Amino acid sequence: MTAVGSGRSGAAVVAEVLDARREQLAQQWADLPLFRTVYTSGRDAAVTAAHRLVDTLADVAHGERVEDTTVPALDRIRPHLAQTINARTRAGCSSPQFTAEVAELKTPLMAIVAQELTDEDRYSGLLAAAALMGTLRLVVMEILLNQGDDIIDRQRQQLLEVSTPIIKLWDRVIAVPLIGTLDSARTQVVMETLLDAIVDQHAAVAILDITGVPLVDTVVAQYLMKTAMAVRLMGAECVISGIRPQIAQTIVQLGIDLGDIKTRATLADALAWALEQAGARIASKE
Amino acid sequence: MDRIPILRLGRVLLASIQQELTDDIALALQQDLTEMAAAGADGVIIDISGVDVVDSFLARVLSEIAAAARMLAGETVVAGMRPSVAITLVEMGLSLRGLRTARSLSDALSALGLGEARIQGRS
Repeated sequence: MTAVGSGRSGAAVVAEVLDARREQLAQQWADLPLFRTVYTSGRDAAVTAAHRLVDTLADVAHGERVEDTTVPALDRIRPHLAQTINARTRAGCSSPQFTAEVAELKTPLMAIVAQELTDEDRYSGLLAAAALMGTLRLVVMEILLNQGDDIIDRQRQQLLEVSTPIIKLWDRVIAVPLIGTLDSARTQVVMETLLDAIVDQHAAVAILDITGVPLVDTVVAQYLMKTAMAVRLMGAECVISGIRPQIAQTIVQLGIDLGDIKTRATLADALAWALEQAGARIASKE
Repeated sequence: MDRIPILRLGRVLLASIQQELTDDIALALQQDLTEMAAAGADGVIIDISGVDVVDSFLARVLSEIAAAARMLAGETVVAGMRPSVAITLVEMGLSLRGLRTARSLSDALSALGLGEARIQGRS
């Protein structure tokens, strides 16, 4: 991008303007919603943050790569941008709103660039400044997208952890209440946590309660059988409980053979059986 | 070559694998155990609590050892299988059907009537 007039590039011209009018631009930016709403503790903090952004953009412009979002100079402000995005998201600001707020930074910058430059540099300077602000928006969008992915990953992980609590029902009797649709990833987690719990608690009986599983098809039945077999290999007994009438019918209609896996209608029945195995018995006080 | 010692406790044979299991050791164990079981035994206990990881070959050999011991000696108990090994076996479809399993060696001994402590519930 070479300028028609002075022979300097637009980026170089913008870099000069950013250096020369750093203070003025930072003061103006600090009053915009993007900074004002995040740095509520005081205007000084907002100005400092605005300075940081001006300096970073000046560095990028000095490097002549105003359209490159991968410039190392930009990495410096990425964490700060991410923090700002977090703060705004918590305040209920949506992604389009936030990018609009970033776009607002453009107006003061363009005004200063237009004002500062002579006729021969103005056109290329404005072009470079626009490209620079476009790059900033792209970086912001990138961070927004990544954060979305991070949140989804984290929640998926949380769901896996939350959905497999191992409950100790009695001495050497443990239970896992399965809730929601079973897929291969969840089955894996259930199996691992259950087997580890059998080792830790020296469990003799493990109860898989599927009251909360809405649907049992051949695949889910396969998962349940795998888990039950693994439990058996460990030397413990596995009981599947909480089989509702419709599910029992589906299993029969699909011709699924649960083999020698013990099943009980309710968790209570399974517990009664487990206690019997352990040689204990619940009796009324009479 | 390392071999896994097989102990004779009355009419019961005990093979306790407490080392890293290599292909050779597993094959040697298979041979030793079947020979000793054929010589006369009422039960076999294979303690694999020391085995942390198995590959497809070892998983197959283990299930074969267990199946052969069951044919020769009747009662065979596999004791102390680790979660990772159990998952590998299940994923390979080797469920050791009809084989007795126990959580620990002492459970296996009492299952064969050799130990004193049967699993007791709270009184």
